[in-house]
Amino acid sequence: MAGKPVLHDFNGRSRMESIRWLLAAAGVEFEEKFITCPEDLERLKNDGLLMFQQIPLVEMDGMKLVQSRAILNYIATKYNLYGKDMKERLLIDMYTEGILDLYEIVSRLPRTPPDQIDSKTALIRDRTKNRYFPVFEKVMLKSHGQDYLVGNKLSRVDILLVELLYLVEEVDVSLLADFPLLQALKTRISNLPNVKKFLQPGGQRKPRATQKVIEEARKIFKF
Amino acid sequence: MAGKPVLHYFNLRARVESIRWLLAAAGVEFEEKFIETPEDFEKLRNDGLLMFQQVPMVEMDGMNLVQSRAILNYIATKYNLYGKDVKERLLIDMYTEGMADLYEMFLQLIVTPPDQKDAKIALIKDRTKNRYLPAFEKVLKSHGQDYLVGNKLSKADILLTELLYTVEEFDASLLASFPLLQALKARISNLPNVRKFLQPGSQRKPPTTEKMIEEARKVFKF
Repeated sequence: MAGKPVLHDFNGRSRMESIRWLLAAAGVEFEEKFITCPEDLERLKNDGLLMFQQIPLVEMDGMKLVQSRAILNYIATKYNLYGKDMKERLLIDMYTEGILDLYEIVSRLPRTPPDQIDSKTALIRDRTKNRYFPVFEKVMLKSHGQDYLVGNKLSRVDILLVELLYLVEEVDVSLLADFPLLQALKTRISNLPNVKKFLQPGGQRKPRATQKVIEEARKIFKF
Repeated sequence: MAGKPVLHYFNLRARVESIRWLLAAAGVEFEEKFIETPEDFEKLRNDGLLMFQQVPMVEMDGMNLVQSRAILNYIATKYNLYGKDVKERLLIDMYTEGMADLYEMFLQLIVTPPDQKDAKIALIKDRTKNRYLPAFEKVLKSHGQDYLVGNKLSKADILLTELLYTVEEFDASLLASFPLLQALKARISNLPNVRKFLQPGSQRKPPTTEKMIEEARKVFKF
């Protein structure tokens, strides 16, 4: 009990989801305290736990971590998922930021107004097939049969990319068709014991947002 | 000549000014190649120099760095501006991500339609005065040191100073209730490398205006 990270967030996919994936893949057990009403969020703010009045918040190692990139960086460093030197960190950072750009567009899709869904989906298809996936397929190709994107060792970027592959698949499963090495990476990472557990029913992965879930979030977070 | 980083971007502040600040503060001389026509941009893309077909791109240490956060992290690490251990890096990251959120609001304001501008301006003022500046003032107050983290200059101090200049350009009165931030701004501005960067004739770019964005839109058709 003592020492388990505690994640404070909405009970759904949000900016916390990548943090859940990373902790899970690192084999770190964590607890979750869900914010289910505006008062929950107000209490966190009034207790001075949120440096910028925002979630996600992760209580860990005696500290109150905020800002999802800062949290991901910390966890990755702590659990040796951030490369072995400055150059590997650079590659991991470049790939990660590219993935996050696509992730941002894809994860907003459930909240898109109905009249914009078609154009947004077309944008996702185009970016996925022509800008982002080819880059990572090429990285895997050039690594000559290595199992991971950087340094022949599991790192945060493998985990984040696989999370993205699942998200893209939910939009259109055919988008992965031309990328056999990415499919293989997805399978390999999904079969790591910690990740497999995370992905199983009862695991802490959050399901795709439904309209109902989005509505509840709107009420709490007023967006 | 050999070895100087080369920054490829538009002749604008936009999202790249932080990179210029950080290189300058680290005392690193750099060159700039401005993208002025669609052909300039196409050439970079066709030569395979842009991993995600986007700029900024910094040629440095034999590599083509892209994605501004990756670039900033690399420069900060290389020039010892990223703290001494994982906990200091965490603090630097939390602070700089908060700064980036506020900075983004200023960037968005430039392209906000006229009928939404007033509301945006009010929101920026509120967030500046009530969310972001108090958080950083509190950090400085908590330890009384000259720098945000570890009693040593880091990218957090440099990026905060840049942000404070941006706030000042927007509405100087917003800084009034934050004496420690004002002192930090003055202190960082007086570091020799930063002072040089703040003088006329340096590589610092003027504020991005709506007109500049309009010009860019015409040239690059977006």
